[in-house]
Amino acid sequence: MNAPSPVLSLRDIRKAFPGVIALDGVDLDLQAGEVHVLLGENGAGKSTLMKIISGAVARDSGDIVFEGVPVELTGPRHAQELGIGIIYQEFNLVPHLTAAENILLGREPKLFPGVIDQRRLVREAQQQLDDLGVALAATERVSRLSVAQQQMVEVAKALSLNARVLIMDEPTSALTTQEITELFDAIRRLKERGVAIVYISHRMEELFAIGDRVTVLRDGRHVGTRAIGETTMTALVRLMVGRDLTEHFPKREAAIGEEILRVEALRRNGVLHDVSLSLRRGEVVGLAGLMGSGRTELARAIFGADRIDGGQIFVHGKPCAIRSPRDAIALGFGFLTEDRKQQGLVLVLSVQENICLPSVSRLARAGCTQPARETEMTAQRIAELRIKTPGPHQRVMNLSGGNQQKVVLAKWLCTEADILIFDEPTRGIDVGSKVEIYQLINQLAARGAAILMISSELPEIIGLSDRILVMNGGRIAGEFTAAEATQEKLLAAALGKN
Amino acid sequence: MSKPDQPATRDDASDRAPSPGASAGGVQPAVTRSGTAAGSRWPRLFAHSARQLGTFGGLIGLCLVLWILTPHFLTVSNLLNIAQQTSINAIIAVGLTFVIINGGIDLSVGSIVAFSGVVMASVLARAVPVPIAVLAGLGAGSLCGLINGVLISFGRLPPFIATLGMMSVARGGALLYSDGRPISGFGEGFRWLATGEVAWIPVPILLMIAVYAVAHFVLRRTPFGRYVFAIGGNEEAALLSGVPVRRYKTLVYGASGLLSGLAAVVLTARLNSAQPIAGISYELDAIAATVIGGTSLMGGQGSVVGTLIGALIMGVLRNGLNLLGVSSFVQQLVIGAVIILAVLMDMTFKRPKR
Repeated sequence: MNAPSPVLSLRDIRKAFPGVIALDGVDLDLQAGEVHVLLGENGAGKSTLMKIISGAVARDSGDIVFEGVPVELTGPRHAQELGIGIIYQEFNLVPHLTAAENILLGREPKLFPGVIDQRRLVREAQQQLDDLGVALAATERVSRLSVAQQQMVEVAKALSLNARVLIMDEPTSALTTQEITELFDAIRRLKERGVAIVYISHRMEELFAIGDRVTVLRDGRHVGTRAIGETTMTALVRLMVGRDLTEHFPKREAAIGEEILRVEALRRNGVLHDVSLSLRRGEVVGLAGLMGSGRTELARAIFGADRIDGGQIFVHGKPCAIRSPRDAIALGFGFLTEDRKQQGLVLVLSVQENICLPSVSRLARAGCTQPARETEMTAQRIAELRIKTPGPHQRVMNLSGGNQQKVVLAKWLCTEADILIFDEPTRGIDVGSKVEIYQLINQLAARGAAILMISSELPEIIGLSDRILVMNGGRIAGEFTAAEATQEKLLAAALGKN
Repeated sequence: MSKPDQPATRDDASDRAPSPGASAGGVQPAVTRSGTAAGSRWPRLFAHSARQLGTFGGLIGLCLVLWILTPHFLTVSNLLNIAQQTSINAIIAVGLTFVIINGGIDLSVGSIVAFSGVVMASVLARAVPVPIAVLAGLGAGSLCGLINGVLISFGRLPPFIATLGMMSVARGGALLYSDGRPISGFGEGFRWLATGEVAWIPVPILLMIAVYAVAHFVLRRTPFGRYVFAIGGNEEAALLSGVPVRRYKTLVYGASGLLSGLAAVVLTARLNSAQPIAGISYELDAIAATVIGGTSLMGGQGSVVGTLIGALIMGVLRNGLNLLGVSSFVQQLVIGAVIILAVLMDMTFKRPKR
């Protein structure tokens, strides 16, 4: 396998943080022109490994050999100079500057010292974008670009540094299907130019579409490297979690009961147009649709987070005026937001403080919070949801993505919400945690909750829902039973083709 | 305070569940870990006080140095003097601590002190019973604060702008109301609030202690306090968790105004005079005490205990420099340097390891 000498090779890399061994002897070889997929559950050590390669974190021991020469990375800048670029999930772009200014930030061509050659700047940046096959004007401001375009700006920026190795961390997590295709085209062009790409993603199907080889990490150890053509999804999942995940979408036997929520002709000017739906006890209703189709907006409007301009909401048959999330919570709603870090959690506070946030007033006695009761309630949820945390007082920012999501779920378990709205509940979390979240959704339904689940992953929607609604342009564009739904039908409805 | 044993770089946090003491080998069932959950209060208590312990150490160190350098420093009368002089700044700083933990800033506290002072003094001048005059002063302060709060939470003004405006409006109001002249000469009953003693302890010190005790309790043991942290840490998440964000934000600024009013009571009683130009740059002293005490200007983190220590450090420093005969010009310089140093040290300790 090592016939041509690798661009970058890592030997026996070790890294320990106080209390945690992040990497325990990892080997990795990157060949020029390959897409090398790095797989592993959250906490397997992928991020740490990438940070070591990109110079952001220093290793404890082991060798890094770049183009045949052992190197000692002193920092991100050093790695960049060598030709190792990294594109993080959260982009490092300056929003108010143009694409060109971002691409060549800190390396602007000069007319003479202290004065930027604006025309050359635009020309060189445009060249980079054109080489990638991106239809994008370098003079456009980054804040006006879509997420996919911003990502391309990041790629162009890395390439302008003559990157020989490019690390992409979850590059598709916020892209539409069309944008993913374009990204893959760009990646193929990079391969032709001999760039070695390290590709991290939780979406297994993508790996088979774009990867050449895959390396699996588990608990900080290298558990295997395979050529993509010689492996299967099941085999990889087994390597990742160390066991078989028998049921990807566990089936549930829940009796569907009476109607709990009915929304009639809900309207929010310019965003939602006469949306009607109903949820029944024990039912999971999937809400599909493309990004921008109004799914999240619908959820927020029902939950009282955004003003509504018309329509009526009935809870348990009674008409309700929901003016704020507080009203909604009092009626038994719970809302698991799309973006847990921005909207779901207070990262600087502890697990307990987050879990108890919606309940803290209800638990209070004589105007005082009840720490003992809160701790008890939190401990119960930690056990029930199997949240991996050193304790209830750990800060939420130190937990992994899947565990953070469980903390958000725990909030609504504590309020005993029976109308739950889940917006992309499994985004950015690993396979093992996903299955746990699915099981929880099923348990909640079995206990008599009604669940509205928004998801961009069609298999997930089809696998979990009893009934599926599809949105397009702020309207409900289709309704399907679980039995009749297929990915093709849902996608057609989402695109507005009937 | 973040627990020191976390690899807490930003992206790391999203990808790695810290498993205490667990080596990387073998998957542990999560349930066994959560089994110890209830018992882990102590590390957190320690983590909280570790930062305060550091600041407290600084205060003690400062006192030791001054004790060696000047014989007058460590006398009961001087220490009481320091506490008394610190009390006004310390009381204002409690309000600012709430505001800053809440994710805001209040620049208007000094002007509110002046405004509350002249309002109260004018009421006192009409031979109204002292408690009613004091209530008028507290009411004037609270009103200014609530206006700040309404502008910020309902008018969606940035706190910096709203309170910058109020800083000028309240100052103008004080000058207008008093016609630019101090109002002086009050009865013994009122002046007791600054000169009186209960069990040999001056009243301002007792007021300060009471304010801190109540504020600490409110912050740590009431839903209000929890919401102050939650809103400062992530306003959107707090809102979506059912916290009435606007109501509590308004209240926080109201509380800051109220405490400025209380500071005005102590100041007016001590000077036996209400000055429309009182309280200039008090906001800076209060912000400094808060920041030295470890409250994060980013919001979501902080404590009033830290603020008290911060205010005491500033008081001790001023007093010590006076005793040493250091000129007031140099004092300014030293205090500025201490603020910078305190925050610099704080950041060095908080910064994750590379």
